[in-house]
Amino acid sequence: MILVFVEHKNCVLNKTSLEAITAAQSIGKDLGLKVTAVIPCDKDCALAQEIAGYDLEKVIIAKNEKLGTYTPDGYADAWEQAIKALNPQYVVMSHTYQVRDFAPKVAARLGREVVGDCIRYTADGGRLVLTRRIFLGKLDADVTVGGDAPWFVTFQSGAFRGDNAAKGTAAVETMDVNVGEIRMTPEDPFQEAKASVDLTKSEIIVAVGRGIKSQENIALAQQLADVLGADLAASRPICDSDWLPIDRQIGSSGQTVAPKVYIALGISGAIQHIVGMKNAGTIIAVNKDSEAPIFDIADYGIVGDLFEAVPVMIEEIKKAKG
Amino acid sequence: MKIIVLMKQVANKDAVLRIGPDEKWINEADVSQQTNESDGYALEEALRVKEAKGEGEVVVCTLGPQSAKTVIKDALARGADRAIHVVAENSNKISPYQIAKAIADAIRDENADLVFAGLQSDDASYGQTGVVLAELLGIPHATIVIEVDRTSLGETLRVKRELESGWYQWFTYQLPSLMTIQSGISQIRYASLKGIMAAKKKEIKDVTPSIEAFAGGQTIEKVYMPLKTKQTQMLGNGDAKAGAVELVEKLKTEVRVI
Repeated sequence: MILVFVEHKNCVLNKTSLEAITAAQSIGKDLGLKVTAVIPCDKDCALAQEIAGYDLEKVIIAKNEKLGTYTPDGYADAWEQAIKALNPQYVVMSHTYQVRDFAPKVAARLGREVVGDCIRYTADGGRLVLTRRIFLGKLDADVTVGGDAPWFVTFQSGAFRGDNAAKGTAAVETMDVNVGEIRMTPEDPFQEAKASVDLTKSEIIVAVGRGIKSQENIALAQQLADVLGADLAASRPICDSDWLPIDRQIGSSGQTVAPKVYIALGISGAIQHIVGMKNAGTIIAVNKDSEAPIFDIADYGIVGDLFEAVPVMIEEIKKAKG
Repeated sequence: MKIIVLMKQVANKDAVLRIGPDEKWINEADVSQQTNESDGYALEEALRVKEAKGEGEVVVCTLGPQSAKTVIKDALARGADRAIHVVAENSNKISPYQIAKAIADAIRDENADLVFAGLQSDDASYGQTGVVLAELLGIPHATIVIEVDRTSLGETLRVKRELESGWYQWFTYQLPSLMTIQSGISQIRYASLKGIMAAKKKEIKDVTPSIEAFAGGQTIEKVYMPLKTKQTQMLGNGDAKAGAVELVEKLKTEVRVI
């Protein structure tokens, strides 16, 4: 059996869980294992019926009054019991921030590890070989896990398509779980001062990374954005340095965008950035490092100094536009 | 108030990586090394918490080869009080559980009030050493902490966790507890000349861990350059200006945005 985690907030689905369901269904097919979904919740979760519309053996609500709001202690206790009761071969989750918070704890408690943030797998003689990106996306690693089941696997956002999750009908069951002391007290989640810039609507984005070198140089990228009618965005280090406000940040902790054209200036292409922009129609990368991972997903690439390329681009675009 | 900060030495961000002869890791011999980015922020936050409290001790703990002493010395120069070096020459062959276990054994008797770690390493990126360590030490943890309410520090500590898509959440934790710190939590200080001089007198304790066999560990079988998912048209042939001219032509004729 494969257990797949369904993440939610107040019974509203986190859609990346559908990607986990697709992944679990695919692994199940390859290894001849059935898939059961687990939803931790404090009530008869309204989400269960929706998940029961997928091709799963069962949907299990792991229920306890302390599971209304996410805490790592609460979820670890719930998962420990679900796993001990159900004896799965694999536990499959999406590599979300919440999963990163509790999954290694559950695994460690059971004397296991998580093979985290995988981008694909192959099934080799009944066991999985998992591929992870390492060194900030510069290399791939094929990974195996030793020991006995259960094995914990998390997949990167976008590794599987949620709309490929096979439909079906599953039985919904409730499993009462015990939850011990919760050693942390959560407050309500909130959004920091609503993003004043909605980059998800941008047609063209010019984004800068560490290669821009200083705050003064951002003006150059702004000029390029202006002649193209584009919006300016950035990778995390730029916003961490306060060179651009955080609402300009693209990536796992910022906005996820899919513009028609994305021009990455001096962005190496760490995974955390790529997950936020890889669905752009056309990706253009300018970087002095020919081995920068951004070139793996770029449609057009210029290897060289952005301070040479960008002024020429601005002039040529002006000319072209007459 | 005692705060332990986990810090790791990793390959420099801008280093050109060569795959090692066994194809299971990079060739580290020809790569410059640096402190893992988020670990630097973890140290900075620990120093600020100590300063806000007005007393306490910040202890750096590093697991890695002898060469990782440069990371430790840099941390001591920035203001850490002393260090524990869990010396493991082939640390890239050790799985995250084994790493966490070796660190747990080395720091358990310190009975720290807080343990800070970077949120993940920029090399293997297992992203779980801190969480597993907290479980092994029997203390609660928070990951991806982007702000620490230093004024709240007492029997408990209030921290802000980063969620996805611009969402955040405050949690109050009983101490002792472990926090993994997100890059950008605060501006990292430079080591002063005075700090560098003072660091020479600070204690670095070497610990030789007994790395226990761990059946459930993950093993890297092979590393390789990522398979390209797209055909990239490389423009300019190394000449950035020529590339720029070609690119604008493509924007006009192929991408059609001009």
